Amino acid sequence: MVSDQKPLGSWSVKQGQIITCPAVCNFQTREYIVVHDNKVLRIWNNEDVNLDKVFKATLSAEVYRILSVQGTEPLVLFKEGAVRGLEALLADPQQKIETVISDEEVIKWTKFFIVFRHPVLIFITEKHGNYFAYVQMFNSRILTKYTLLLGQDENSVIESFTASVDRKFISLMSLSSDGCIYETLIPIRPTDPEKNQTLVRSLLLKAVVSGNTRNGVALTALDQDHIAVLGSPQAASKECLSVWNIKFQTLQTSKELPQGTSGQLWYYGENLFMLHGKSLTVIPYKCEVSSLAGALGKLKHGQDPGTHVMPRFVNWETPQGCGLGFQNSEQSRRILRRRKIEVSLQPEVPPSKQLLSTIMEDSEKHIEVEVRKFLALKQTPDFHTVIGDTVTGLLERCKAEPSFYPRNCLMQLIQTHVLSYSLCPDLMEIALIKKDVQLLQLCLQQFPDIPESVTCACLKIFLSIGDDSLQETDVSMESVFDYSNSVHDEKMEEQTEILQNGFSPEEDKCSNCDQELNKKPQDETKESTSCPVVPKRAALLNAILHSAYSETFLLPHLKDIPAQHITLFLKYLYFLYLKCSENATMTLPGIHPPTLNQIMDWICLLLDANFTVVVMMPEAKRLLINLYKLVKSQISVYSELNKIEVSFRELQKLNQEKNNRGLYSIEVLELF
Amino acid sequence: MGEFKVHRVRFFNYVPSGIRCVAYNNQSNRLAVSRTDGTVEVYNLSANYFQEKVGCEDGSVKLFQITPDKIQFERNFDRQKSRILSLSWHPSGTHVAAGSIDYISVFDVKSGSAIHKMIVDRQHMGVSKRKCIVWGVAFLSDGTVISVDSAGKVQFWDSATGTLVKSHLIANADVQSIAVAEQEDSFVVGTAEGTVFHFQLVPVTSNSSEKQWVRTKPFQHHTHDVRTVAHSPTALISGGTDTHLVIRPLMEKVEVKNYDAALRKITFPHRRLISCSKKRQLLLFQFAHHLELWRLGSTVATGKNGDTLPLSKNADHLLHLKTKGPENIICSCISLCGSWIAYSTVSRFFLYRLNYEHDNISLKRVSKMPPFLRCALQILFSEDSTKLFVASNQGALHIVQLSGGSFKHLHAFQPQSGTVEAMCLLAVSSDGNWLAASGTSAGVHVYNVKQLKLHCTVPAYNFPVTAMAIAPNTNNLVIAHSDQQVFEYSIPDKQYTDWSRTVQKQGFHHLWLQRDTPITHISFHPKRPMHILLHDAYMFCIIDKSLPLPNDKTLLYNPFPPTNESDVVRRRTAHAFKISKIYKPLLFMDLLDERTLVAVERPLDDIIAQLPPPIKKKKFGT
Repeated sequence: MVSDQKPLGSWSVKQGQIITCPAVCNFQTREYIVVHDNKVLRIWNNEDVNLDKVFKATLSAEVYRILSVQGTEPLVLFKEGAVRGLEALLADPQQKIETVISDEEVIKWTKFFIVFRHPVLIFITEKHGNYFAYVQMFNSRILTKYTLLLGQDENSVIESFTASVDRKFISLMSLSSDGCIYETLIPIRPTDPEKNQTLVRSLLLKAVVSGNTRNGVALTALDQDHIAVLGSPQAASKECLSVWNIKFQTLQTSKELPQGTSGQLWYYGENLFMLHGKSLTVIPYKCEVSSLAGALGKLKHGQDPGTHVMPRFVNWETPQGCGLGFQNSEQSRRILRRRKIEVSLQPEVPPSKQLLSTIMEDSEKHIEVEVRKFLALKQTPDFHTVIGDTVTGLLERCKAEPSFYPRNCLMQLIQTHVLSYSLCPDLMEIALIKKDVQLLQLCLQQFPDIPESVTCACLKIFLSIGDDSLQETDVSMESVFDYSNSVHDEKMEEQTEILQNGFSPEEDKCSNCDQELNKKPQDETKESTSCPVVPKRAALLNAILHSAYSETFLLPHLKDIPAQHITLFLKYLYFLYLKCSENATMTLPGIHPPTLNQIMDWICLLLDANFTVVVMMPEAKRLLINLYKLVKSQISVYSELNKIEVSFRELQKLNQEKNNRGLYSIEVLELF
Repeated sequence: MGEFKVHRVRFFNYVPSGIRCVAYNNQSNRLAVSRTDGTVEVYNLSANYFQEKVGCEDGSVKLFQITPDKIQFERNFDRQKSRILSLSWHPSGTHVAAGSIDYISVFDVKSGSAIHKMIVDRQHMGVSKRKCIVWGVAFLSDGTVISVDSAGKVQFWDSATGTLVKSHLIANADVQSIAVAEQEDSFVVGTAEGTVFHFQLVPVTSNSSEKQWVRTKPFQHHTHDVRTVAHSPTALISGGTDTHLVIRPLMEKVEVKNYDAALRKITFPHRRLISCSKKRQLLLFQFAHHLELWRLGSTVATGKNGDTLPLSKNADHLLHLKTKGPENIICSCISLCGSWIAYSTVSRFFLYRLNYEHDNISLKRVSKMPPFLRCALQILFSEDSTKLFVASNQGALHIVQLSGGSFKHLHAFQPQSGTVEAMCLLAVSSDGNWLAASGTSAGVHVYNVKQLKLHCTVPAYNFPVTAMAIAPNTNNLVIAHSDQQVFEYSIPDKQYTDWSRTVQKQGFHHLWLQRDTPITHISFHPKRPMHILLHDAYMFCIIDKSLPLPNDKTLLYNPFPPTNESDVVRRRTAHAFKISKIYKPLLFMDLLDERTLVAVERPLDDIIAQLPPPIKKKKFGT
């Protein structure tokens, strides 16, 4: 909200006259231009007070809009579709204006761009429910007409348009009465201006506003990836402004406008302007660089200092067969073509090209040699893209030929640290089908952006795979320490029956668990000291513990895991916890062990997801009792810590009093 | 080296006044600081941040306009409904921005009319506060007005259109002060939470010409309100209710990364507030509006290093002498024999005669002060208490003869022709023959008191004198400067002593030069002519001129006594500087007799306890 609104200048036409076109500013002369009564042009500046006395020009045709952007002279678009530069028009105001569009065709919307320093004008017309786009290259005076095909939804009415421009295309976005946003790509340089061409629109965002809004809706493009939409999301709800990321189809932000709006929205200089109630609201909004991690609010944190830093942001220029579904296929082909030309232009880097061709035909062995050769080379500028292309090529071939599975190659490519899940989602999918736990472990360690569903699928395999098939694999064991014969210096003394400051861990056990525990004392010791899973499985599970996740997305998938696997995992986690607490620093030995927080979080997650199932299982009863005791002792530890803190504070006070010698003393000082 | 009984005094209940305003002058690199009690201090940032001058006003605000011929009332701007709390001129002098309650006005100087009234949002964290006070405004040359207000906002306004451009919410409490760098590429604000924020004009993206104001660095060096800030080309300066003056150099602007790039926190005045009567073991404490006289206690016990001895008699508060009127005390002194007390305010000079009869003490004011003794910057009694030396603010040095209950004006040394600078430090030799006087920059003059003429002038040195004293017997003048250099100048020979030359040749230890408080007092041991005693706020040092000087490789400060070390090692490591850091912050230290020292400390905690409580901040999210 602009706190202190007041007009800086205000001018009005005489009574009876009607302003028929919004006033614009001529940036070159710092003058304002307005049209009243369709044909009368007025030009004035800040010093002028009376609009009636300023420059006036009466034109021979009716004006639709005057368009002005910084850096060029304003254009005048007539209702019949003709366009004139302002200077040329003022030289002869009464000049004849030709008719461009047909009868009953009405201009609905227009926008003015500067592309490569040349003005380009686009306007949309409508006639009997059909929409046409006209692109006027102002320097070459070429006018191209396109027919917009609405696709399946023939009956919808387009409510609002916006457009952004890149090097070759005008991306026209339209908000239809069905509440969806469609995109149409209009080439700036027409292939054949003579022919009437048709354009197809594609769905960009579904149902962003409700279909039957009374006050009208509006949309405006903020940059290539973001659009702002004004309207009410559901039929009954209040109107609101929402900013969408169209690349990832996510809602970036939204703001309710309870006092209603007028269906008008502008974006200028990183500020959104709209009418809210009776006042003009300005909301500063700056589009951040669009990234998937940012769009999902999920950036991986807490990298271990020793490990290689992975690229957090995917290079979106990298061509992917597995590209995101809504990406325009034509566009991506274009990028591919461009890249291929670039690659071939570099005379000294044939290995990458050679590699790509090898992938498609040669044997696994040969591919492996080629990949190794390529990796041995110094990292070339297009290293990332070549790696991406290679993986994509390999995976495509894997899908086509079920027997083809170049495992060693894939492992090597993953270890280049340039891949991520979103670059090649097929990779983990194939590994899951092949039950290649070694590759999955590597992916879990290397990829920052694995979705929770895939993490959970990995977990399922890690828990269900047989011990004998595990024996054959060669998983990385660095996160596992051989717990069976671990005797280390920092090991805490076992204390069982020490009454500490009024608290005894054994004191208030529930009576029936006491009985149960007394029945099998040997079992308990065994349970707490020996690892419930084989070391290789432990290494795999540790990879899961290290992976990033969001609770909300993970919980539903955890419910799908069979109960006996859940118990096994819980037992392992409990074992890890016991190992942690043996140590004074509450850490596990080993190079890259799971942290206490990770262990505790996963225990909580598993119990949250499966408590009703686990509580019914007789074999899990002991585990649950142990976990209950664990939580209880944790609570006690924290309450003890609080007590200690109070005691320390008192001691500190006493210490201060001792140091405070009072206001006067005589002391002995010897200087050496 | 010596064992002393130390009277450790902590009953000097001194609390510095809160800082109200600071102003930085780029040409002279000096900083003016005004405090809530009306005193104005001037710091020379080039001379190791030394406090050069203290002016004591009566607490009222006086506004002077300096014009070549006359002061003229020019124009009444449009009357504003509420009071104006802050003002800022546009650098071109055409417009004035005035911060008021709930709004900011922009005046056109030519017409005197308010061209814009910019309403400040009262909302504070979603709650509408009653009033939003604009505590500070700054007018930039591009027409941007920056305001800081009681709702915790820093806002940017376009004065041409009167519209809000950008708003930063930076604090939950008032933002009270703002200062802009001369280049207008950076500014600093201070909040009531004690935080100072630095804002900088930085490019939106690298190598883009579009720039925006970004909050870059927060600093928390204060516990209380930051009432005022200043921006020098290389540092942010802040001060407030917690009485500290903090100078925080901007690392990116500091060219040489030396000790000058370190943070400075100035809490205590760089001058003495305490004088001592050695014969009667009395301490005179100077406060803004009163003097306190205390008698030290005594003990009969002895002990070893570090022991606290049982008191046989505690310290007594003998006298509480209040000034009349609102004026602050500039300087005060008690004679060595304890029979005379003199002090001066801006407009009056007071001299008292004290009589001691057993435990009773009687005070008699010496009336009819001559008119030239009006405002003294420094007062000193001769060692035999027969003469009084007064440095007046007019530059003259007066010598007054004291006998019985009366006094007689003997002579006045007029300032050198062409100089108007007043002397602010005095030192007299124990035989009463020599008087040394120093201003802030004019060097040290030595006068012959017997012959009443200028004896010599010590060669000029770039840095101001912070303390000086004349050694008994040798009449060597020891001078400490703000750059931590110490010189010894022989008055009879009119030249630096050999020891001083040796010290200058070898140079002081780097740690000695890096101390950031000036030496405020120098004294001598009556039986050990080779010793010089001096102290700053954080250490007390005895320089033994007979020992070798430390070089940068030797350990300057060694708090541990030698234990069973062979004589060889001890001799090799022994050097001239014997330092003790036990007593701090140390406001005064002197030798009462051969074996007794008095140290006056003022612990920071005691000062903080007397300040108003700071704004409470929640801890641990409770």
